[in-house]
Amino acid sequence: MTRHFLGDTATLLGRSLRHISRSPDTIITTAIMPIAFLLLFVYVFGGAIETGSDRYVNYLLPGILLITVVSGISYTAYRLFLDLKGGTFERFQSMPIARSAVLWAHVLTSLVANLISLVVVVLVALAMGFRSGAGVLGWLAVTGIMLLFTLALTWLAVIPGLTATSVDGASAFSYPLILLPFVSSAFVPTDSMPGPVRAFAEHQPVTSIVNTIRALFAGQPVGGQVWIALAWCAGLLVVAYAGAMAVHHRKVG
Amino acid sequence: MSADQSTPSPARGPAIQVRGLEKSYQKLHVLRGVDFDVTPGSIFALLGSNGAGKTTVVRILATLLKPDGGTAQVHGLDVVTRAARVRESISLTGQFAAVDEILTGRENLVLVARLRHLSDPGRIADDLLGRFALTDAAGRRVSTYSGGMRRRLDIAMSLIGDPPVIFLDEPTTGLDPQARLEVWQAVRELARQGTTVLLTTQYLDEAEQLADRIAVLHHGRIIADGTLAELRQLLPPATVEYVEKQPTLEDVFLAIVGDTGTGSTGSTRTDATVAAVRPDGTSS
Repeated sequence: MTRHFLGDTATLLGRSLRHISRSPDTIITTAIMPIAFLLLFVYVFGGAIETGSDRYVNYLLPGILLITVVSGISYTAYRLFLDLKGGTFERFQSMPIARSAVLWAHVLTSLVANLISLVVVVLVALAMGFRSGAGVLGWLAVTGIMLLFTLALTWLAVIPGLTATSVDGASAFSYPLILLPFVSSAFVPTDSMPGPVRAFAEHQPVTSIVNTIRALFAGQPVGGQVWIALAWCAGLLVVAYAGAMAVHHRKVG
Repeated sequence: MSADQSTPSPARGPAIQVRGLEKSYQKLHVLRGVDFDVTPGSIFALLGSNGAGKTTVVRILATLLKPDGGTAQVHGLDVVTRAARVRESISLTGQFAAVDEILTGRENLVLVARLRHLSDPGRIADDLLGRFALTDAAGRRVSTYSGGMRRRLDIAMSLIGDPPVIFLDEPTTGLDPQARLEVWQAVRELARQGTTVLLTTQYLDEAEQLADRIAVLHHGRIIADGTLAELRQLLPPATVEYVEKQPTLEDVFLAIVGDTGTGSTGSTRTDATVAAVRPDGTSS
């Protein structure tokens, strides 16, 4: 069964990438909300937020990048759901292919699509005055963390994609995730928050990831935060992947 | 099983063999012991009303669903324990045309040829486009295709790699009369080339038109199984009634539209004496 895994994944990846290239609106809509947040917070609220950094856009961008990914992964659930509903999924599963290749192709497509959306958002931020002191290694580290984060969340998105009973259900799961950055250090420093909220904010995954990326962008040492961030991403990845595989196994036996 | 007459005894056993198949969804007992055999190279129709369990049988045979009890074999290979091998010799055309709307017709065919690990997917695609009269539409996105074209493409995708056994789950549900004739033509063509076809349908005339053998699935059991002639013998000899033979609306429609799809014959559709022979035991 695994004999053809790489070849089948590549073939199916080619199919999904064609989907994206023929409906680039999915990438645009993914980037619209984060860009709207960027504009809103920099030009409306930003002046009243005291972050201690010289430019608010520098402070804000890491959180916006996470929001971009969260809004992007729902397309994986959406596309997977359409494959299931349209019978394409069953067609593939009844063929002599490596069955998990069908999921991997969707997941890799998500990585590509989200990477493009992230580049779009970063370009907008640069136009708004975002500047980074990070070198090539710093940017590579940011890219690596974002890809790991995307990979983990995409496997999470596979679960509603396989189990949803409606299009809305398939994509609605990401709405609560979009709120997580708001209760973190993404928009405002956590020390202005009341006790319990602050405790939650400082111990949820977004804060450690945002702080790590912020430090990388600023060209400062990342400290212990990076390990917490990586642990969150890796842990989420393992749990989401196991969950998705369990659901997939139940679905196709 | 009354497989004694008119079916040529196969040398290598049945293409599909189903014994005591059972399947439940929670409390719903969908299949309650289904048995049938399908001879290689024949067209076998599983006839039944909505909810009779036809799709469940097909999904089990296509290795998409595990039965709760009983066995099913394709070319002697068990669909549960040898699922990977079974997938090499089958092809499924599901209830809804499983085509990729965003890709072109040709890209759909090339995709399946690649997934079947065949060499020269482009040539295979072009051959099938020709066979199914889709060459002109090859470069268009499938979202622009008519229902009949989609179904033809769907069936063409199922033929890639020449699988010896093909499952067609309600291949003409939702199609207009012309598209239906196109699909029938494609199915006959398949059987002529030696492919074993198992199709499910809720249309009595479809089973009558296409199938060498018909099994009636009702409440999770096969309640009748035989050739059309054998099934007719289950009833007392037909009484002679004089019925004025009006053309059906379908005949009229096809005559005035003047198009019967991809070269299929209009003459097969003029028998209007089918429905009067049915007993009404089945609540379809």
